[in-house]
Amino acid sequence: MATDIFEILRLNKQQILQLWLQNQQTDTEFSDNFNTADELRAQSAEFVDLLLSTLNENNIHDFSSPDLEPLIDYVSSLTISRARQGFSPRETATYIFTLKDSLLKVLSDQISGDLSQLYQATIQISRFVDNIGIQSFETFITGREEVISQQSDEMAELSTPVIRVWNGILAMPIIGTLDSARTQVVMENLLQGIVDTGSSIAILDISGVPAVDSLVAQHLIKTVNATRLMGAECIISGIRPEIAQTVVHLGIDLSQMITKATLESALKFAFNSLQLEVRRIQKDKVI
Amino acid sequence: MEKIPILKMGKFLLVTIQVDLYDRLALTLEEDLIEMVFKTGSKGVLIDISALSIVDSFMGKIIGNIAGMSSIMDAETVVVGMQPAVAITLIELGLPLSGVHTALNIEKGMALLQSRMKADLDDDENDGDD
Repeated sequence: MATDIFEILRLNKQQILQLWLQNQQTDTEFSDNFNTADELRAQSAEFVDLLLSTLNENNIHDFSSPDLEPLIDYVSSLTISRARQGFSPRETATYIFTLKDSLLKVLSDQISGDLSQLYQATIQISRFVDNIGIQSFETFITGREEVISQQSDEMAELSTPVIRVWNGILAMPIIGTLDSARTQVVMENLLQGIVDTGSSIAILDISGVPAVDSLVAQHLIKTVNATRLMGAECIISGIRPEIAQTVVHLGIDLSQMITKATLESALKFAFNSLQLEVRRIQKDKVI
Repeated sequence: MEKIPILKMGKFLLVTIQVDLYDRLALTLEEDLIEMVFKTGSKGVLIDISALSIVDSFMGKIIGNIAGMSSIMDAETVVVGMQPAVAITLIELGLPLSGVHTALNIEKGMALLQSRMKADLDDDENDGDD
């Protein structure tokens, strides 16, 4: 005689929920984060409801089956909302695995007579709940990766500010390695800055670039040429001795660009070409 | 047939491209412009491409051609108002337009042409003196 384990679980839904909530409360450390016990109860009840209504003997072995989708979606959104509330992945995983304990407890109470069936059911249920746990963890990792890639985008944006140092002169300090993606951002920001301010000189300061290889030099040349196409002049400043050494050793030709050692001399050059003069004011001495 | 107007402004020719250039139109422009340079004896050509948002390698080549042809007819070409996206595209296509002068806007382009004309005149005067 084979008893339907799913039927047993469905009939004992209330008991499962009770057990689960009890289990959660014994794990005191992670109940603090929840605003109210009611909220936790409502969430758990919804989870148990969804689990028991979707689970059947066909899909228990096949986690990718389409009728499990609502359950998987629910687990994902649950994980995300818990992660936002500040739960650690361990807490969320424990939350899911305590459900396993209560499911198994109910099963062992109900089919205590047939040991081999109890064994089979235990394996099935535990494998299924493990899968839910993995799903939750995967969601957590994916969410984290999204945050990381978003942050690196923001960092690229943040680390390439366009500064208007004078009427008609823009400066852009570059901090960090210049790769293709970064160059694209630098170029776009610089050109947009030129259009917005109508500046005719742009200074690209590379004193914060750790190393210049042929690829980085290529990117610099591209930026300078693009600036020239827009009708502005681009000065590269902040060439450190090491950079000058590597550039010459690599045989990169930077002769077509205006290069200066410091931002100061670049600025002087810019003032010069705009026919501006910086003077010290001679104040009359009070006798 | 659609044509891009070429305006004579003093010693210079002014071309403002307000529509998207397709290949035929660009070729016609090249032909008309060189014809105009010859007819008017202009010393400078100002091409405003601020309304142009899309370029391809052909368009880049046409602009280069116009500059090259004008320069052998003793006229300078200044391209003004290039959009950032257009500049990036041309660079990525490997077309730095080395023979072409550029300026941010019409005003600055005009000033550039005038200063170059003046420089030329000074040179001529110096030549006369020698």
